[in-house]
Amino acid sequence: MNMIPQIDRRSFVLGTTAVGGGFAFGLNLPFGGPEVVRAQDGSPEVNAWVVIRPDDTVVIRIARSEMGQGTLTGLCQLVAEELECDWSKVTWEYPTPGQNVARKRVWQSFSTGGSRGIRESHEYVRKGGAMAREMLLQAAANQWDVPASECIVDKGVITHKTSNRSTSYGKVAEAAAKLEPPKDVKLKDPKDWKIAGKSMKRLDTPDKVTGKQVYGFDLKLPGMVNAAVKECPVFGGKVKSFDAAKVSGMPGVKKVMKVGETGVAVVADTWWHAKTALDALPVTWDEGEHAKVSSDSIAQWFKEGLDAEQAFVGNQNGDAKGAIASAARKVEAVYFYPYQNHAPMEPMNATARYTPDKCEVWVPSQDGEASFAAVLAASGLPADKCEVYKIHLGGGFGRRGAFQDYVHQAVLIAKEMPGTPVKLLWSREEDMVQGRYHPAMQCKLVGAFDKDNNLTGLHMRLSGQSILATVRPQIVEQQKGRDPLVFQGVADSGEHAFGYTIPNLLIDHSMRNPHVPPGFWRGVNVNQNCIFLECFMDELAQAAGQDELEFRRKFLAKHPRNRGVLEAVAEKVGWGKPAPQGVHRGLAHMKAFGAYVAAAAEVSVEDNGNKIKIHRIVAATDPGYVVNPAQVDRQVAGSFVYGLSGLFLQECTVKDGRIEQTNFDSYDSMRIAHMPKVESILMPTGGTEPWGGVGEPTICVAAPAVLNAYYKATGKRIRSFPLKNHNITFA
Amino acid sequence: MARLTVNGQTHNIDVEPDTPLLWAIRENVGLTGTKYGCGIAQCGACTVHIDGEPVRSCSIPVSAAEGKQITTIEGLAQNGVLHKVQQAWIDHEVPQCGYCQAGMIMAVAALLKQKPRPTDAEINSEITNICRCGTFQQVREAIHAVANA
Ligand code: FES
Ligand code: FES
Repeated sequence: MNMIPQIDRRSFVLGTTAVGGGFAFGLNLPFGGPEVVRAQDGSPEVNAWVVIRPDDTVVIRIARSEMGQGTLTGLCQLVAEELECDWSKVTWEYPTPGQNVARKRVWQSFSTGGSRGIRESHEYVRKGGAMAREMLLQAAANQWDVPASECIVDKGVITHKTSNRSTSYGKVAEAAAKLEPPKDVKLKDPKDWKIAGKSMKRLDTPDKVTGKQVYGFDLKLPGMVNAAVKECPVFGGKVKSFDAAKVSGMPGVKKVMKVGETGVAVVADTWWHAKTALDALPVTWDEGEHAKVSSDSIAQWFKEGLDAEQAFVGNQNGDAKGAIASAARKVEAVYFYPYQNHAPMEPMNATARYTPDKCEVWVPSQDGEASFAAVLAASGLPADKCEVYKIHLGGGFGRRGAFQDYVHQAVLIAKEMPGTPVKLLWSREEDMVQGRYHPAMQCKLVGAFDKDNNLTGLHMRLSGQSILATVRPQIVEQQKGRDPLVFQGVADSGEHAFGYTIPNLLIDHSMRNPHVPPGFWRGVNVNQNCIFLECFMDELAQAAGQDELEFRRKFLAKHPRNRGVLEAVAEKVGWGKPAPQGVHRGLAHMKAFGAYVAAAAEVSVEDNGNKIKIHRIVAATDPGYVVNPAQVDRQVAGSFVYGLSGLFLQECTVKDGRIEQTNFDSYDSMRIAHMPKVESILMPTGGTEPWGGVGEPTICVAAPAVLNAYYKATGKRIRSFPLKNHNITFA
Repeated sequence: MARLTVNGQTHNIDVEPDTPLLWAIRENVGLTGTKYGCGIAQCGACTVHIDGEPVRSCSIPVSAAEGKQITTIEGLAQNGVLHKVQQAWIDHEVPQCGYCQAGMIMAVAALLKQKPRPTDAEINSEITNICRCGTFQQVREAIHAVANA
């Protein structure tokens, strides 16, 4: 977990000048005192989530990060809903991680991954809005000397009907900020929502179409210099030597340096100068013990795991091995999923300014507190001398949360030039070879049938890399070596529970951790698990001579929400009815990140099956509750682009211990020409189960739905990816 | 030294003539709306107009752009009025992270100038920008909306 530094000072003054969204504020925080906490412009903070300016502008504090997924707008909607403010007057700002620490984590987690931005914080942000509303009402009531229960509020205007008086939030905010917050508040029934649950326009669109939006890559600070960096391309290797003299006379070059033990950097007036000199810098690497590892050697090692004795159990009931041993017929298949890189459009970057008294970092981060911890570690300064300013991300997809290597590098470089702001930008090439990769995995599935063609058992053996063993070793240690996350989508319970009731089930994992650093890649382990399971379910249905939907439904009786999404896509795609000439259909479903999701794809093939045209994909999502339907639809379609790019085009191969792909020419991404029509069904069923996420879940169902349709079209079952390795491309 | 005309303004900048136009625009002229995504003409994030034609600015040297009219995303709006593509992007809420969108909008604006009512096939062959967030469905919808307006 993130290191959360503790400060125990009664009062802590923070002054910040952040760049990029007008989110600058400084706070004087009198813990326990009677004073009003103020934003930098002097406006009162009603509570940590809500600042109200005299002109009635409502500033909502957003702890999670906006990286395109719309979380910023969704969280504002939730607060505004309870606050009963005027949506057209809503704006937002990011509190800083340093302030969160200083204020005993009043904003709780900053982490924006695992599709958790909204689903994990909806309750306390709504409470924040509701409490602020109560305080504002109370302040007005006090002014008029009437009971608060006689006052009503609509769009930020408070009215006392009987005396026909009214006022606005902006006028009473100052007084409200001095009141004791109510002990508890009742949240609205989502049925009564007017702002949440509606497709409100995103708050962050206009600047993104004019070039005004400042990303980390675009940051400018007075006196700033630029740095380019290169880490040892073989993971675990080190710098042996480099010849700075060869490049120090090149245009603009200010400094050539080692970064820790593993990297070299050039600092110059412009980044182009820095990069040009870095490319010309002779470096000798000590490649370490992994310099011989290749994709083949990794595959061989994983293959042995498919039948290894020792394995960690993720899900088990009955006696799968016994059922298989006594089966009348067995069906067996081996699948493979490759390493993949996130490659967000904006490569990694961070800007740092270091003095012995203060280390400040500006960074597009999915987790401001993880960035903060990296600043502390790299600077060696205590928490009250560090600060992080978050900037909108040009895509994250899991690369910019738990991993803060670029922050670490930026601080190390800035430390060599105290007082000078250093902007560190990675080239795309560095981004490709220094990823935190989607883990590679092999999987052997064995299904057992009795003589009447009933499925009597299933064994799903995963063999491959654990993310948590590297990234959260404490969890793996607690679980006696097991990585529970490897079973996402096929787990025995929880937000990633297996969706079928199958007699005699065993799902286990032979853990094999190559030196390639693994990471959380949009969808994480559901990507491969959904392909493995849902393609194999089709294989089993076909072996039993049964319709793929009917076959699944038999095991879904106890899983109504799973069945609900699957039936929804089947119905909408026209399952069971004739498809247009040459068009074939495939299905898949899963529970992922707390949401129930399904897809039905329609494809046709050309060129002997070497070209696939995906005509449309119908998707269903049941996350329990939906905060902004238009944005959820966009996440669904976007997740398909990310997932299908992976399925068709993307593999990071290993040779001589390093990643071979260095840019989009060898690691391609889907274009508009390949985009199927996506028809998104949102079917939130409400209820009391924890809310599901939406950024990631649907990513996993597109690939198996397409693969299942491809089989129908060609009779060919593809079991290793990406499809380009089989000379199959988008039509 | 190079003399560049960007969005109607002339800039004398101190760069080596082989500097990619992208970096001259971003670092020397100081306009950062034009983005870097790959540097090898693959992604289109760096698309600008040169004499009205869409060009991937990461892959041409500054020297090749001298004496020409360069338009970047910052220069697309005229007299404070958004270009119709920018407006459609707002109306259809196209951007997710937005990082690729400057290049996407520049590519689309150039396409629509050439072909005011592009077919899907023309969109497919002319708009080859990468968007990792996957906004293509909205991009297509917004292009058709502009074309049919
Ligand atoms: S940065 Fe120019 S095409 Fe990618
Ligand atoms: S909107 Fe994020 S890459 Fe296109």
